[in-house]
Amino acid sequence: MAKVFARPKALADVVTHYCPGCTHGIIHRLVAEAIDELDILDRTIGVAPVGCAVLAYDYFECDMQEAAHGRAPAVCTGIKRVLPDAIVFSYQGDGDLASIGAAEIVHAAARGENITVIFVNNGIYGMTGGQMAPTTLIGHKTTTSPYGRDAAVQGYPLRIAEMLATLEGPAYIERVSVHTPQHVNRAKRAIKRAFANQVEGKGFSIVEVLSTCPTNWGMTPVEALQRVADEMIPYYPLGVFKDIDAEGEDK
Amino acid sequence: MGEKILMKGNEAIGEAAIRAGCRHFFGYPITPQNELPEYMARRLPEVGGVMVQAESEIAAINMVYGAAGAGARVMTSSSSPGISLKQEGLSYIAAAELPCVIVNMVRGGPGLGGIQPAQSDYWQATKGGGHGDYRMLVLAPASLQEMVDLVRDAFALADKYRNPVMILGDGMLGQMMEPVMFKDEEVRELPAKEWATTGTRNHPGRNVINSLYLQPDRLEAHNEHLQRKYAQMAANEVRYESVNVEDADLVVAAFGSTARIVRSAMEAARQEGLRVGLIRPITLWPFPEEAFQQAAKTAKAFLSVEMSAGQMVEDVRLAVNGQKPVYFYGRTGGMIPTPEAVLEKFKKILGGEA
Ligand SMILES: Cc1ncc(C[n+]2csc(CCOP(=O)(O)OP(=O)(O)O)c2C)c(N)n1
Ligand code: SF4
Repeated sequence: MAKVFARPKALADVVTHYCPGCTHGIIHRLVAEAIDELDILDRTIGVAPVGCAVLAYDYFECDMQEAAHGRAPAVCTGIKRVLPDAIVFSYQGDGDLASIGAAEIVHAAARGENITVIFVNNGIYGMTGGQMAPTTLIGHKTTTSPYGRDAAVQGYPLRIAEMLATLEGPAYIERVSVHTPQHVNRAKRAIKRAFANQVEGKGFSIVEVLSTCPTNWGMTPVEALQRVADEMIPYYPLGVFKDIDAEGEDK
Repeated sequence: MGEKILMKGNEAIGEAAIRAGCRHFFGYPITPQNELPEYMARRLPEVGGVMVQAESEIAAINMVYGAAGAGARVMTSSSSPGISLKQEGLSYIAAAELPCVIVNMVRGGPGLGGIQPAQSDYWQATKGGGHGDYRMLVLAPASLQEMVDLVRDAFALADKYRNPVMILGDGMLGQMMEPVMFKDEEVRELPAKEWATTGTRNHPGRNVINSLYLQPDRLEAHNEHLQRKYAQMAANEVRYESVNVEDADLVVAAFGSTARIVRSAMEAARQEGLRVGLIRPITLWPFPEEAFQQAAKTAKAFLSVEMSAGQMVEDVRLAVNGQKPVYFYGRTGGMIPTPEAVLEKFKKILGGEA
């Protein structure tokens, strides 16, 4: 019988430390599938963040570097400038990318570094136990916004895809979600595209993936998936925000 | 080769780095070291390299992390406030054992301080600066020729120990012009780095650059490994210059530009019959403790002269270990000690008035 569902070669055969029902696992799988399908595993170098995905260096079967909190885009820049033929990607959470590493992501994008960024937006600091992230929605209760995020006190959540789309540098920016199988398929296409762009030398590509944190949202995995549809997507609309291939066409 | 060229300090460092095989430089503007990134921006493209002006010193040092991890000979430079921003990255680089060279053209501090020369980053360079138990080799040239030679050595030492190496200069060394000679052959073949993340097609197995060890016993084992390496550096890499120490009543410690001033003062003192000697540490870490321990057997007193409020003097005291008095003379804020004032201090100490 033909095997229709197997572990991607790029994904290590180990048990991950992610909580049950956390969508980090799905996103890892999509990244690994994209690497397999493009047949680039042996020239790919991944950069892990500080956050729940800190151990990603144990989960992908390519060479990996573990970066300081928020600095993955700078680390990727250093690698890519030394090894222009390598495929370099970062995998970063929202605290890592949108808060402490905001400068690094903006400038890597502005320079149009030919790298791929997988940005996992779960609207919370997962690893440190559920504190407010720069992407935490208004009203959402976290351990450091115990009364719910109040714009007057904590300001507004950042829309990274939209912000980066104002720059000339990036080649491709899309926001996707993984809360239903259809959305997973769409996310898969986007992630593969973001890697293919790098292979073709098109430049900076980022996929923002809306993700869940059942543990720190205080929800079951199913409730968490529902929350993505009900609360996150209305504030973080899905879609392509920049695509140099589509430029000149009607948008 | 073999011919002397008149160069500005900061530019001479750049040329020495390129001749040592460095093709990647990541920087951010700050006075008084701007000529170095500027030189690299001009020169590196001519030799197939690249200088990236980062968005901050934080980004620059993390670009160095990535590039060093990918196996390149890589350099960054800054001056005091910018070096403070690099401390996080330096701790990670030391922990992940990545070879690279960092230049600090020290200016007066603390805070934004000033833009004139100082040596007040001695503690930061030699005692850690960033978090955790780590060490960097710290090289302190006193002339442009020595700076050029040390840049060459710095890359080799960084590779030998898989460790960051700092060149600790000061605004004066960066800005002055002196003839320099690039004595050594240009490095064309870099040493193999089988640990580097260059893609699994280039090496057996999978390479990971990392400083995270969540299990305490594994982190302790990693620290013990680092400490053994630092002990080797301390045993093998000490460098210093010693002048007129054998018969000296007063042994003076000074490094970098300050050592030049002390040397003039020492020569003037000798003319007046005062027996003054100089120990000039070239490696600030590892510190040449033994040179001071030896001198403590014959000298009557020690003096540390620095462009700081007194930092290296603590290492001199540790080495002399109470056997003889250790005095200090320093200027701060970008003020430079004059040979006359230093000579005056010698006289006070030798005359028993200090
Ligand atoms: C310089 C620094 N500051 C703070 C931390 C602590 N810290 C670890 S993970 C993290 C936040 C991670 O959140 P996010 O990036 O959203 O990823 P998630 O865990 O949600 O996947 C923080 C603040 C750190 N390791 N380093
Ligand atoms: S804490 Fe949240 S983000 Fe982290 S693994 Fe658990 S569910 Fe996922």
